[in-house]
This record gives sequence, structure tokens and C-alpha cells, in this order.
Amino acid sequence: MKKLNLLLTMLLTLTVILSACGTNGDSSEGQKDCEPDSSAIKAGIVTDEGGVDDKSFNQSAWEGLKAYGEEYCLDKDEMYGYAQSNQDSEYESNLTRLTQQDYELIFGIGFKLKDAVQTVASQNPDTKYALVDDVAEGDNVASVTFKEHQGSFLVGVAAALKSETGKVGFVGGIDSPLINKFEAGYVAGVKSVDPSIEVDVRYAESFSDAGKGRQIAKSMYDSNVDVIYHAAGGAGNGVFTEAKDIKAGDSEANVWVIGVDRDQYEEGSVDDSNVTLTSMVKRVDVAVQDVIKRTIEGNFPGGEVLEYGLADGGISVADTNEEAYTDEIASKVKEWKEKIQNGDVEVPQTREELEGFVSNLE
Amino acid sequence: MKLQKLTGAWIPVVSIIFGLLAGAIIMLLFGYNPLAGYIALWNGAFETPYFTGETIRLITPYILSGLAVAFAFRTGLLNIGVEGQVLVGWLASVWVGTEFSLPMAIHLPLAVIVAILAGGIWGFIPGYLKAKYQVHEVIITIMMNYIALYSVNAIIRNVLTDRDDRTENVAETASLKVSWLSDLMPNSNVHAGIILALVAALFYWYFIEKTKYGFELKAVGYNPHASQYAGMSVKRNIMLSMAISGGFAGLAGAMEGIGNFGYMTLNNGFTNIGFDGIAIALLGGNTAVGVVLAAGLFGVLKNGALNMPLSAGVPHELVDIITALIIFFVAASYMIILLRHKLIKLYTDFKNKSKKGGANK
Repeated sequence: MKKLNLLLTMLLTLTVILSACGTNGDSSEGQKDCEPDSSAIKAGIVTDEGGVDDKSFNQSAWEGLKAYGEEYCLDKDEMYGYAQSNQDSEYESNLTRLTQQDYELIFGIGFKLKDAVQTVASQNPDTKYALVDDVAEGDNVASVTFKEHQGSFLVGVAAALKSETGKVGFVGGIDSPLINKFEAGYVAGVKSVDPSIEVDVRYAESFSDAGKGRQIAKSMYDSNVDVIYHAAGGAGNGVFTEAKDIKAGDSEANVWVIGVDRDQYEEGSVDDSNVTLTSMVKRVDVAVQDVIKRTIEGNFPGGEVLEYGLADGGISVADTNEEAYTDEIASKVKEWKEKIQNGDVEVPQTREELEGFVSNLE
Repeated sequence: MKLQKLTGAWIPVVSIIFGLLAGAIIMLLFGYNPLAGYIALWNGAFETPYFTGETIRLITPYILSGLAVAFAFRTGLLNIGVEGQVLVGWLASVWVGTEFSLPMAIHLPLAVIVAILAGGIWGFIPGYLKAKYQVHEVIITIMMNYIALYSVNAIIRNVLTDRDDRTENVAETASLKVSWLSDLMPNSNVHAGIILALVAALFYWYFIEKTKYGFELKAVGYNPHASQYAGMSVKRNIMLSMAISGGFAGLAGAMEGIGNFGYMTLNNGFTNIGFDGIAIALLGGNTAVGVVLAAGLFGVLKNGALNMPLSAGVPHELVDIITALIIFFVAASYMIILLRHKLIKLYTDFKNKSKKGGANK
């Protein structure tokens, strides 16, 4: 027993000594050669369960916040930071946590945070909140939405032009009004090029289950689908895994993935080739920075709904994979983009609108 | 079943210290200040009344899921199905809460009782199969978890709503939120369920220790053959044990349904309340007091950990490792007992040897 006590004492001493070292090490970091901008505000994001390394939506938001931090020369966790949620029950905790740490502007990333943002915003009327991807009520809440249907329409055009089998696929996350917007736009884009192309639409019922995404992708590719557009966050990573697997086994295989939210070119890289045809880029980072800037200027859009689209660069189509995304596809996509911006084409946002759209084509 | 017999309050305390030290070493290795990290952990759980409330809110279902697992353990059964029973109980409580309009005095108890019954039935099925056909309860309960997860999702989508991803909010008459608790810890989601959970722990202790049924359940757990010989019905006790265990789990689900959230969303995956319950039951040595304390530890660690990345800059991946290490050391307390025996033995051997050595000279 005495020995145990001795051992414990030694370990404790060690900890105290080493922790002193730890503190020293920290202070030498974070040296910067610029001065923080005094007009900056303390801004943070609360992610959904994907986390800031989901290679998609949350990551894009975090990149926007980091860019803001660099621009104004701010210290992470001092003036900007994020809280990751692992479960639905943590949204409110995390929002309140940031609020109590004197964050002035807090973003809830994802429509799953809608209830939590509304609750916390009504409890803390002096703090500003922004909800990305859905519309929340409250004078101190700004709602940030995107015209995903437009971007999805354009990648649908690209998919239709790329497909050789006449069958393309769509893998959604959770079957919800938001993801239906992607679906409707995509299907409309495909059918606009060639109404005879079949679109296989399936939902993973998850934004994080990569296994499920992979399963769906496998069954789609097996049934002759050659281009899959995913709007499934982390579950969509499974689509990439499956496509890369096929490509690694047979370099001649004609399988393509269309990424979402960020330019997912890197995700598709396999040996010398790349399975990412293009990506429907939703610049959450642009929106995050825009809302912060407006707030700094004193124009926080509380109670308003901001809608980012093709015109303001909030939505775009990636052309990183030059080999696959040929000039022909690029020019066609550009054509359709102009038609959308001119108002010649009204892209459907729901399944009902899509039905009307498709029946008009025939 | 040695874990049941752990005695001595010092073992868990030493285990927690070991766990904290191991976590500290991890933080040091990655260049973070462990003291700042642990202060952030503590503050995250208790700094303001809000966080205290959230910690209590988190502890509430943990107590019940821990009791559920522990109850089955006492009868020698491993109920891995608490997770599914929680989901079923959650759904049942929300169903009663949204679909009926009744005065509170009937509505709230009804929601709670239906949740307990739903969980109990979900637990009874594997119990019945085990008793009648000797199918191993671990396999069935694991599978029943998946059945529960996907059935519950399907019911939310197609029965309770029209293809929506969450249900309506439960009526106020079925809500466990009470104003005096909410006023005490403003804005937090703390609810009266904690009282129910503590009452459940009391019931657990009374039932296991003081009643004939509890004695029979324990006897079956220790030695089913001897119990059979003594005239007890092993089959009946297995079914009873699983059903009551499921009832505790169903109540844990009600804590989320009519306590914390007040609604139910589609679940991407398991809630982990049930799986954590296994660790909590083992940590607590399958006793009522132990389970409550272990649930407390889990709640504090889980809620406090959310604060570590923000206040101390420790990345959340590391935080997960650290909390897992603390739990690991506590769970491995048996290892510490062994270590203690070894140390004592070494010490006495050393003493004896040096004495003998002295005599030889």
C-alpha cells in the first residue's frame, strides 16, 4: 500500500512538472506578424454531427470562418471557434455554450439545428444567430439558404451528357424538403438534355453513414448507372469509396461521382485518374463570410432570409477535373446557366414542380 | 460474477485518478495543458446553473439505462438490447404525448407507463425466446436493436407524420418539464425525470434486496440449477427479469421523449444511451447506488467534454480518447485490485527475503 502511495505521488509530481512545460509550449505558439482588426466580432459555428472535417458542408462553413479569422488576424478560440455536435441533444448545449462565452454571432450549420437555434435565440435576445439551410424565426436570427436546385440542375446537365448507359443516379441524405430540392433540380437538368435518360433516386436516410452510401452506390453501379450525384454529406463519402474501388479494379470502368457542397475533386482521386466528374459547389464559406461582414458593418440581417445563388457566386459548378469535364460539357452547362439566370428556365424545387416541368418537356 | 462483489470505495477513486493521469499524459504528448483541459472539463459540466442543468439532464437517462442492464445482470442475463428498448420507449412516450389530449394528471402518467410497457414488451420477447427455446439473449437483443431502430424510423415517417423527419411536439400536459426546476437552472433542458430516475433506483434496490422476487432473480443468476432444484421457476424468472429490465430502458426512452426533446426525430444511428448503460452498470457493480454514481460520472464527462475544445483548445478527437481512458480505467478496476495484491505480495516477499538474507550473513 505504501508503494502504491509512493507511485501515485511520483506520477502526480510528474504531471505537475510536465503540465508546466505544456503551458510554456503553448505561449510560444500563435505568434503572428499582424495586428488583430479591432472592428472584428467574435463569431462561431455549431456543426451538426458531421463535424468540421466532413469534407462537405460543415467543413466549408469552418473554412469560411477560418478565412475570416485570417483576414482580420484573429486568434482561434479567442475570437472565432467551433463546437462540434455528436448527437441531436448537443445542439442546444453547444449554442448556449458559445453564447455564454460571449460569442456575438453564432451560426447553426444545417437544418437539423433549426429548433435549437430558435430556442436559444429566443432565450438570448442580445446575441445574433444565423441558421444555414433553413428558415428560422426570430429578430436576432438570420436565415441563410441556397438555390441548390439551380446548381443541381447544371450538374444534372453534365451527368446527362457524360452518361453512356442512359442511366444516372441520385443518392440523397435524409428525405426532406431540402434534399428534395437537390433531387428535383438534378432530375430536371438530366431530363432537359434527354428526357429518355432514367434517373435512379435513392435516399440513405442518413448524413453520416458512409456504409449505407456505399451500399446504394454499389447497387446502382451494378444496375448500369454510370454517373451518381450525391447530396448526402458524410454518407456520400461511401459513394466515392465504391466508385474508386471499381475504378481501381478496372481503370477503363466508366463510373463517375458528382460531389456536393465543396469541390470534391480530391475525394475522387484514384491512382492516375479521378472519378469526380464535377461538384455542385455550395459556397457556405462565402455565405458565412458575407453574414459576418454585414454584421461588422452594422447590417446584421436579423429576421431576414438570405438566398445565395448562381448570380452572387453562392452556387457554382466545379471544373477541376478537366479530363472528364470536357469543354463540350462546360459550354453546354454555361448555356443552361445563362438560361436560368435570364429566367428562361424555371428550375423546379419540389417533386410536384418537377412533375410539371418534366411533362412540359415531353 | 466477480464484478458484482467489488467492495471498498477506494477502488473507483484510485481508478478515476489513474484515468485522469492517463488522460493528462495524452494531452501532454500532444502539447496541451492537462490542467487547463480538466478545468475546462469541470467548468463545462458545472460552471453555470445552465450547464449543471444540462449535466443532470444527461445523467437522467443514463441512470435508467444503467439500471436496466444491471437488473438483467443480476439474473445472469446480458441485456444488450437496452438501446432498442430505449428507442421503443421514446417512441411510445411521444406517441401518447402527441396523439392524446388529456388532463395532466392522467396524460403524463399514461405516457410514462406506456413507455415502460413498450420497453418491457421489447425486453420480454428475447426473455421469452431465451426461456422457451434457449436462444442466446445477446444475439436476439442485438438484432432487436436494429429492428427497433428501423421500425421506429418507419413509424415516425409513415404513421406519426406524413413523411416528415420529426414528430410534433408533445402536449404540455405530457411534458416532464417543470417550472421550478427550469427556474432553478434557467434555459437548460433539465426536467422532473431525474426524480423518476432516482425513484427507479430506489425501487431497484428495494426489489432486488428486500423482496422475494428479487431474491429469486438473484438466485437464478447465481446458480440456475440450484434454483430449479429449490423449486423456483427459472423460465419465469428469466422472462420477468428481461421484461423489468426493458421497463427501465423504456422509461429511459421516455426521459428523452417527454423530458429532454419533447419530440422524436429520425435516428441516423443508435442513441448510445443503451450501450453506455452497459458500461454504467458494470462500473456501478450492478448496485443501485453504484449505477447512480456511475451515471453521474458519465454525464459529467460527456457534458464537460464538449467544453474542452472551446476553452482549452483540445481537439475533440483527443477529448474522446481522454474520456474513454477515464472510463476504461474505472471499468478495469479489477486490474487495480490485482495490482494492489501484486504490490503487497512483492512488498512482503521483499521484506521476508531481506530478513532471511540478514540471517544468512
